[in-house]
Amino acid sequence: MKKFEKLTSAVVPLNIENIDTDQIIPARFLKATTREGFGENLFRDWRYNGDNSPKADFVLNDPAYSGKILVAGKNFGCGSSREHAAWAIQDAGFDVVISSFFADIFKGNALNNGLLPIQVTEDFLAAIFKAVGQDHKAILTVDLENQKVTLTSTNESADFEINPYKKSCLINGYDDIDFILNQKNLIEAFEQAR
Amino acid sequence: MSKTLVEKIWDAHVVKSEPGFPDILYIDTHLIHEVTSPQAFDGLRKRGLPVLRPKQTVATADHNVPTLNQLQPIKEELSRYQVDMLTKNCAEFGIELYGLGHPFQGIVHVIGPELGITLPGKTMVCGDSHTSTHGAFGAIAFGIGTSQVEQVFATQCLLQQKPKTMKIEVNGTLGKGVTAKDIILYIISKISAAGGTGYFIEYAGTAIEALSMEARMTICNMSIEMGARGGLIAPDQITFDYIKGREFAPAGAEWDKALAYWKTLYSDADAKFDSVLNFQAEDIAPMITYGTNPGMGMGIQENIPATKTQPEKEQLSYQKALDYMGFQDDSSLIGKPVDYVFIGSCTNSRIEDLREVADFVKDKQKAENVTVWIVPGSKQVEQQAKNEGLDKVFEKAGFQLREPGCSACLGMNEDKIPAGKYCVSTSNRNFEGRQGPDARTLLVSPLTAAAAAVTGKITDVRELMAEV
Repeated sequence: MKKFEKLTSAVVPLNIENIDTDQIIPARFLKATTREGFGENLFRDWRYNGDNSPKADFVLNDPAYSGKILVAGKNFGCGSSREHAAWAIQDAGFDVVISSFFADIFKGNALNNGLLPIQVTEDFLAAIFKAVGQDHKAILTVDLENQKVTLTSTNESADFEINPYKKSCLINGYDDIDFILNQKNLIEAFEQAR
Repeated sequence: MSKTLVEKIWDAHVVKSEPGFPDILYIDTHLIHEVTSPQAFDGLRKRGLPVLRPKQTVATADHNVPTLNQLQPIKEELSRYQVDMLTKNCAEFGIELYGLGHPFQGIVHVIGPELGITLPGKTMVCGDSHTSTHGAFGAIAFGIGTSQVEQVFATQCLLQQKPKTMKIEVNGTLGKGVTAKDIILYIISKISAAGGTGYFIEYAGTAIEALSMEARMTICNMSIEMGARGGLIAPDQITFDYIKGREFAPAGAEWDKALAYWKTLYSDADAKFDSVLNFQAEDIAPMITYGTNPGMGMGIQENIPATKTQPEKEQLSYQKALDYMGFQDDSSLIGKPVDYVFIGSCTNSRIEDLREVADFVKDKQKAENVTVWIVPGSKQVEQQAKNEGLDKVFEKAGFQLREPGCSACLGMNEDKIPAGKYCVSTSNRNFEGRQGPDARTLLVSPLTAAAAAVTGKITDVRELMAEV
């Protein structure tokens, strides 16, 4: 798994609540059998018209915005369990998603792929949207070790929570399978004891 | 110490629990399908690992399959490739596959229960968020991502944080025309599409206890639509009667042993839940959604809530949803013309759903402006419907009875709702584009769907029932 420590980047703001996984990657694009290439259909129906021409008013099509941090409204990633949502976001070049609330399965899928989901307060989320509204190139710094996210322009910062185990996985690039496989004898003992 | 049902099952499956780490949870049954498994099989190959317990893994093809002419090669190339990959992977790793043409094939959450694979007290996972369906039997069942599918393949375990517990009690008696689907749409409308996040929900109360297994599955199925990964109901005589005699259900001495254990599966009287909510069955009317998440639902006679009554920060998203649907706030949906009616999905495609619809439409005709698709949840449901002559009822009414699969619930196959069209649907999600790009979905019960099919417009089913 990809390692993550620190990131300083401009952000792409998507100030919409309840963004579900069908918006992130519609079901009709789930037919691939590899993990790569989903980025081109990220937010497909918000990003492109029926004739595949880009929708000019969608933020991913606006050259004013760039960066590796996606910032979205609350309850991001609700809906289906498709990990393709996390793959698509990552494939499109994002390393971090910030929201004031994440759906459970999405959050787990993101962490399992080295895509860092950061939950901040409604107020801090509003501060980010405000800063990006004023300066499209506003910079955020994400420091995983210290669990801190900072808006460079105003120096406002917020702490964020992350499970200590998952944090060490991200920093070291380990995944859950490595962890459990090391305890295989326990699994066999559990099965025998039943 | 007194425990909730979730805690009893969870604790019985913990392989290791260590402070600061998620629990290592043993998984009894792993259900898989063609869409979320190929990358997990690839992962195993890259690591040089086998599937640790292939006999505890069951596969079917459902998400991507056509619902017409299933025995002919799948026309759409990518879909065909994905279904073929599943066949190849299952053969390579020694997994039983109920693929196209098999008499057990069907939607993964329909076949597990009907085959007696889903049992009380089990831990079950699947790379599909509606795995919560199986909780209706008093099992811990939840959806996982593909990395976790690979994890279960490799270890038969999951690293998982113990969830918080919520109890939702529904007491009282349901009114005429009000069904399990209305109960769950009502609950979601009250607590929002995020109100259950982080919890496993136990449904209880007299209105829940009175429900059939099929109806209980409909309730547990939609737990994820309020963010809860799991929803479950304590098993009782209704559960045991449903399971007994099914294909893979325990029999003989095994049955007695299992039954004795299942009878211990309830939340202790003084068990502590992290959250408790109470609802009254008499308050629930036939429900319908008007927006683009399942929390945007209302009683069918109500008006769409005014945008200005929504929290200020949410008004933009709320208005965007209404614009997508082509609805005005503070207006009624009654009488609005409908283009499609879809009766199917893991929420409402079981034999009882089909019987309810058939019973209602007997000697009625679909309206001219509506296309009606009935997609049974499994080959067994399809066969049973034919045995009971329901296919004749549907044919006479002008409804198309198709072959089993997820179909227009998510439009991965050809069953898509065209842009701008309104579909009254018994499925579980009304997200933008869910049933096809720019399609507009209104979630309802099978009865309300049948009423719309007959009148061609959004209708309060109770009014048609009064005429009988």
